[in-house]
Amino acid sequence: MTIELKNLTKRFGDLTAVDTVNFDVGDGEVLCLLGPSGCGKTTTLRMIAGLEYATEGDVFLNSKRVNELAPRDRNVAMSFQFYALYPSLTVAENLAFPLYAEGLSSSEIEARVQKISDTLQLGGILKRTPGQLAEGEKQRVAVGRSIIRDPTCFLFDEPLSRLDVQLREEMRGEIKEVLQDLSRPTVIVTHDQLEALTMADRIAVMRDGRVEQVDTPHNVFQKPTNLFVAGFIGTPQMNLVPATLSELKGAGKAEFAVKGGQSMTIEVDPRIQELSVGTNVTLGVRPRNLEISQEKSQDGLSTTIDMVEPMGAETLIHLNDGHQDLRLVTDWRVSLSEGQQVNTSFPPGVTHVFTDDEKVLRTS
Amino acid sequence: MTKRYREIGKAGWSYTLITSLVGLIYFSPVLWIILTSFKTRTDALAVPPKLFFTPTLDNFASVFYRSSITTGTSQATDMALYFFNSIFIAGTSVGLALIVGTLAAYAFSRYPLRGNDTYLFIILTTRMMPPIVVIIPIFLMFRLSGLAGSYWGIILLYTAFNIPFSVWLVKSFFDELNPEIEDAARMDGASEGRVFFRFCIPQILAGLSATFVFGLILTWNEFLFALLLTGVETRTVPVAMARTLGGEVGVDYGLLAAIVTLFLLPIFFVTFLLQNQLLRGVTFGTVKK
Repeated sequence: MTIELKNLTKRFGDLTAVDTVNFDVGDGEVLCLLGPSGCGKTTTLRMIAGLEYATEGDVFLNSKRVNELAPRDRNVAMSFQFYALYPSLTVAENLAFPLYAEGLSSSEIEARVQKISDTLQLGGILKRTPGQLAEGEKQRVAVGRSIIRDPTCFLFDEPLSRLDVQLREEMRGEIKEVLQDLSRPTVIVTHDQLEALTMADRIAVMRDGRVEQVDTPHNVFQKPTNLFVAGFIGTPQMNLVPATLSELKGAGKAEFAVKGGQSMTIEVDPRIQELSVGTNVTLGVRPRNLEISQEKSQDGLSTTIDMVEPMGAETLIHLNDGHQDLRLVTDWRVSLSEGQQVNTSFPPGVTHVFTDDEKVLRTS
Repeated sequence: MTKRYREIGKAGWSYTLITSLVGLIYFSPVLWIILTSFKTRTDALAVPPKLFFTPTLDNFASVFYRSSITTGTSQATDMALYFFNSIFIAGTSVGLALIVGTLAAYAFSRYPLRGNDTYLFIILTTRMMPPIVVIIPIFLMFRLSGLAGSYWGIILLYTAFNIPFSVWLVKSFFDELNPEIEDAARMDGASEGRVFFRFCIPQILAGLSATFVFGLILTWNEFLFALLLTGVETRTVPVAMARTLGGEVGVDYGLLAAIVTLFLLPIFFVTFLLQNQLLRGVTFGTVKK
């Protein structure tokens, strides 16, 4: 079973909420739609569900075009951000509700409810109404209600956003486990990158209605295709340093001049040769890849520690030389203090170069 | 949170006293009427008014049976019919308005038209003028169509009067609902009708009760249109009450008070039955869950 979106577009009046989105989700694959609020990810999900109609483009479920089908004719299961449990029904009735529409016998319904309640440990709360449940329990029931059927695909809208940190981690694992057993195409909408990175087989990063990159969590993190994805994925955020190419030294080595008069020679992607000297670029390097060196080196900048933020096992250091901010993560045992002069070093191969059109320079 | 804020009855004597005093001031006219209904004619007209007196039920008896001055024999009045009329007319028209209003409100809330707010505003404008300004056209319309004096006439009129109010109030309740629940029901195979009746309506029962009671009170007490548009058979209590004022032997305040007291009872009863719903209904949406 598959989900396939072709040039999917949704306009609300003058506003284009979803702009020519293309991707497909294979059988058993989990795709996360990740992006800041208002980027069109929920609208995309609702178009797959049939709760919104596409302005242009097509939705295919199992290779069948479903654009004109009503939600109940699409056989899609969806779990909502605010759980959307039916307030007047008990937990058991909530779970059973999707089955009534399928016309199952009451003994079959009972058996399925029993099975789901065993899987998700809902046994103790079957007779309660949603008003009497804790957040985590509501989430479980919402998941249960969406997986009780045997639909073409599963859709989850911000499944964990309402839970506190500890519960979120717990439920993340639980949902991942459930999804693995289901082996159906699944789309999860989230604005939490950790959620996306941990649960997804592939991530589609969205901005302003467009899909910026669809790739595995590893590649989205390691090989962002553009400046937005680079800045959006990863905490702490990637360092983005505006620079000017001042000399090409061959074999991917190049000298860059940055604001404040400093320059550095670092090894980047060989495609740097395509650029001419004097081109403005943005250099991107992850805070965990940046290193502190004892003496001033050719491949880095000297700067001053502005702020030290201990994060437990690691320490986040904010550096500022009066021209640019850099963030750097080191082991907690490295002792550093505010105001201290340090030299940074950009190790070979960790720096991404983004050209003026925000695209990355990379030999694929 | 300290205990003080949670326990009912812990507001302290001073607050309780002030509140009951204000409550008493508001209730005093009603109390006056109820007391008067148990007084003899002399007691009712006594100056200064008597707080302590020997109660009598004569007034209540003469609401339904009155001795004729000319013949001296006891005769049944038509008051029972008027009470039935009031209950029937108010109940039916408010019920109808609630049904029509709820359907319209759902449409306005969930399927907004182009210029939705304009339509809502137009609906409300019908309540912006004092009803008396339209009395002549309405009276003529009723005469021409033959609706004057009939049950249907006055019921339709009251229904029309109650619909704007119902639409606005009920729409606000629909607006408060979480639309995800409806979407979830759609995903789970429910038809639009089922979404409406099974999931939307049960969630706003409190609001519907509140709307019903408010509409009922307004309609129950309506006098002007009832006076002009009801006939002998369809007369409502407020009209009948006014007619006792112009009696042959001056105003019988005891009798009037007795009618008023009886007139209060149905509304009191409905409000009492729905009081829990009512409280939830009027505070709907003011506290986020």
